[in-house]
Amino acid sequence: MLRDVTLSIRPGSTALVGPSGSGKSTLLRLLNRLADPDEGVVRFHGTDVRELDPLELRRRVGLVPQLPAPVPGSVAENVCFGPRLHGDDVDPGEPVRLAGLDSSFLERDASRLSVGEQQRVMLARALALEPEVLLLDEPTASLDSGATEAVEDALRNLDEVSLVLVTHDRGQAERLAERTIELEAGRVMA
Amino acid sequence: MSALSITLGEVAASLALIAVAIAVSFWRRAELERDIAVAVVRSFLQLTAVGYVIQAIFDTDSLWLVVALLAGMVGFGAWTARGRAKAVPGATAPIVLALSVAAAVTLGLVIALGVFAAEPRYLVPVGGMVIGNSMTAVAVTLNRLADDMHDGRRQIEAMLALGATSQQAARATVARSLRSGMIPLVDSTKTTGIVFFPGTMVGMLVAGAEPVDAVRLQMVLLWVLLGAVALAGLLAVSLGYRGFFTDAHQLRET
Repeated sequence: MLRDVTLSIRPGSTALVGPSGSGKSTLLRLLNRLADPDEGVVRFHGTDVRELDPLELRRRVGLVPQLPAPVPGSVAENVCFGPRLHGDDVDPGEPVRLAGLDSSFLERDASRLSVGEQQRVMLARALALEPEVLLLDEPTASLDSGATEAVEDALRNLDEVSLVLVTHDRGQAERLAERTIELEAGRVMA
Repeated sequence: MSALSITLGEVAASLALIAVAIAVSFWRRAELERDIAVAVVRSFLQLTAVGYVIQAIFDTDSLWLVVALLAGMVGFGAWTARGRAKAVPGATAPIVLALSVAAAVTLGLVIALGVFAAEPRYLVPVGGMVIGNSMTAVAVTLNRLADDMHDGRRQIEAMLALGATSQQAARATVARSLRSGMIPLVDSTKTTGIVFFPGTMVGMLVAGAEPVDAVRLQMVLLWVLLGAVALAGLLAVSLGYRGFFTDAHQLRET
C-alpha cells in the first residue's frame, strides 16, 4: 500500500490528504501500531514503536475511527471504557464536554444516538485517556454537514493534544490543520 | 443384558427410508441425492468397521486399545471440525487439545466418581459420544468465532486502539461463540423426553432394558456430555481466538 514514505509529524495539527486508496488510513494505523510496516521503521519521540509497549503507545496515541464503534452501554460507560481497561477510573464529564456534548448525554444509550453524536462519543472516549496525539481517520466521512461542523468545532477547541487528521477533504484539512501532507498512490507528494 | 440381534435383511429393509429421503431431495431439487448416497455408504462401512474394532477390543479387554481407538476418534474429529473452522487461523492445535482434554477429563471423572467402571464396554461408547459431541460443539463455536471476528472487526480494532489487550478486545466475541457452541446440547437436554428420545435411551428400550435403567443411563450421559462440551468449547475458543491477533495485540489481516 505505502512505498518510500518518509515523513515526520511535529506537535500541533497535521492533515494527511489524498484520494481514497492513497494509503492514508494505512499510514495512520502504523502510527499507533494497529499494523506494522513490512519494511521500514515508525518512530515515536525517536524510539522505534516496536520497542514500545503497544498498549501504552495506543493510550498515548489515541484513535478516532472512521465510523463510530461504541461498546454496548451508556455514553459514560463508553467514555470510561479505555481508562477502565487498565484499572483507572475517570470522570466522564470533562472528555464529554471537550467533545462538544453536554452532560445530559452521559446516561444515554450510546447505540441510540445519531451517528454524529456517536462520533463525538468516540472523540470523548479517545480523550478520556488523555493522549498526547489523536489520530483521526476521516472523522466526518459518514456525517452530514451539521454534524461535521459540530465535530470540527470540538476538534478546533482541543489545544492540549496534537492531531493527525486523515481526510480526502482539502477544505477540512485547511480548517483544522496547521500543516498538510499530500499522499497519492502510496507516496508522499510535495 | 438382553441380547438383541438384527439380521442384515432387516438392515437392508431400512434402506426404504433412504429411498424416501433421496426421492424428496430429487423432487424438491435439494440436490442432496449424491450426499445422501455417500452418507449411506460411509455410515455402512464406518459402522461395520468400528463394530469389528470394538468387538476386537472387547475380546482382548485391553485399555491401551481403548486409548488408541479414542485417539483415532480425536484425530478424525479434529480433522472434521477443522474443515468447519477453516476461517480460524491455526485452529488445528486448539481443536486437538480441546477434544483430547474434554475426553480425558470427562472419562477420568466418571471413572473416579464410580459412575462407570474402567472397562472397554463403557469407555468405548461413552468416549465416542463425548468426542463426537465435543467435535460438533467445537466446530460450531469456532465457526461462530470466525464469523464474529470478521463482522466485528471494526469494534474489536476500536477497542485495541483504546489500549485493550487482544483478550479484552475479544472477550464479548469469545463469550458469544462459546454460547452458540453449547446452546444446542443445553436445549436438547431441556427438551429431552418430551420433544425427542435420545439415542441411548432408544437403544436400551429397543434392546429390552427396563425403562428406569434406560432413563437413568440417558441422564448420566446427557450430563456428562454437557460437561464435556463446555470444556471442549472453552478450550477451543480460548486458544482459537489468539490466531486472529499478533503478539503486539494487532488484528491479523485475514
